[in-house]
Amino acid sequence: MYSERVLDHFQNPRNMGEIENPSGVGTVGNAKCGDIMKISILVNDDGIIEDCRFKTFGCGAAVATSSMATEMIKGKTLDEAQAVTNRAVVEALEGLPPQKIHCSVLAEEAIAAAIADYRAKQGQ
Amino acid sequence: MSDKMQVYMDNAATTKLCDEAWVAMQPYFREQFYNPSSLYMGAQRVHKAVEDARRTVAEALHADPKEIIFTGGGSEGDNAVLRGIVQGYAGKGKHIITTAAEHHAVLHTLELMQTRGEVELTILPVDEFGMVTAAQIRAALRPDTILVSVIFANNEVGSINPIAEIGALCRAANVVFHTDAVQALGHIPVDVQALHIDLLTLTAHKFHGPKGVGALYARRGIRLMPQISGGGQERGRRAGTENVPGIVGMAVALLKAVAHMPETTARIQALRDRLLCEIPARIPEVKLNGHPTARLPNNVNFSIRYIEGESILLMLDLNGIAASSGSACTSGSLDPSHVLLAMGLPHEIAHGSLRLTLSEYTTDAEIDYVLDILPQIVTRLRAMSPLYNVP
Repeated sequence: MYSERVLDHFQNPRNMGEIENPSGVGTVGNAKCGDIMKISILVNDDGIIEDCRFKTFGCGAAVATSSMATEMIKGKTLDEAQAVTNRAVVEALEGLPPQKIHCSVLAEEAIAAAIADYRAKQGQ
Repeated sequence: MSDKMQVYMDNAATTKLCDEAWVAMQPYFREQFYNPSSLYMGAQRVHKAVEDARRTVAEALHADPKEIIFTGGGSEGDNAVLRGIVQGYAGKGKHIITTAAEHHAVLHTLELMQTRGEVELTILPVDEFGMVTAAQIRAALRPDTILVSVIFANNEVGSINPIAEIGALCRAANVVFHTDAVQALGHIPVDVQALHIDLLTLTAHKFHGPKGVGALYARRGIRLMPQISGGGQERGRRAGTENVPGIVGMAVALLKAVAHMPETTARIQALRDRLLCEIPARIPEVKLNGHPTARLPNNVNFSIRYIEGESILLMLDLNGIAASSGSACTSGSLDPSHVLLAMGLPHEIAHGSLRLTLSEYTTDAEIDYVLDILPQIVTRLRAMSPLYNVP
């Protein structure tokens, strides 16, 4: 049911964990639905995402999309990271079963939430 | 991958065909392919094989062979009962009592019939173990109640309902009593006389018989209207040429299961108890789902906190272990198992359930392997979980 790429990211998740002093953190989803994604980002002075980490409670697709999404926004500017769509994450994973597309939406939302959190802190 | 141990612990989903059934079925695919309804001698031999199988199934249930209807499996049996009783007892009413922890073959069928106005449904809540009491049934009975349908042993958590008490109550109240005994047959003793069962559904592939064949016990005198019409097979109660190899295989598998039940049960239960005992000892914050003692000898079901069921299954699969979960992600819906929710488990705990179901082929080495691998998987997934605070 899952592509080899999904299974690879599930088995060998990239960027799993938390950043000690993150610039921004986004947590989306809820335990009731069976998916929670937490993405933390470290933004440097040039506005580039120097590091990002995830923690995820969820199915194989949720873990794999978190892993892939963090890979895709690392080293990008905030605007570039925000432009990463759930569809791009799905494509990078060589597809997801239809009932798992919501996991990729969750990843996009977690990135957006982390960036919003960073921007809100900057605005202070 | 190939050097990895391959462990099958999803026997509540289906079982491996036993050697005896496999061998017994063979002739009926080719040499003895005749239609049992035909006149010539070859066909009559096939007819006899079907009737011998009927007697074997009847004896296993303590029923009369005339009370056995061969079907295409558990879902067909449940559908035949629910629809057939509604038609047969239309003069009495259309009220049916069932439980919130039934198999979908019963629950979804009844809910569909309710939306069509064909039945009035009372779905009894279950306790923390997924069980109902006879007192609950008694309180729900109405003058227009035509059927009580209660699962014998739950397919997810293995809890065994008080079937004898419910049967006695229904018999005294003159209400037809059906039980879906798909998970119970061949695993625990089932005596339709002693338990006062009027209708019982079973399927062969849960006790090492073939898939696509089952049987329905319908007590003499019960007005069960046939749902598949056509020829006169099964005494006019289920049309269609008999699945002869399937029927023969089912009877052989059932005979074997029943004949060896005490020793097989003792062995499986000892293996099962190692899991029941060792999993909580090796993994903190797990919860046993289902009744601790009134449960099927081969069922283990735990909720493992902070992690999600499909992830556990995938990790187990990558390690060669086949298991099952009540997680939403394994069902294609967003809600976890209706049984676990009916038992009062919060969604997040229900999402993290793991079911391991054993069989007579399960070995000590396989239990060792699962007890070795599972804690590693849980540690790994918990490290990934935002809900878990690493101690």
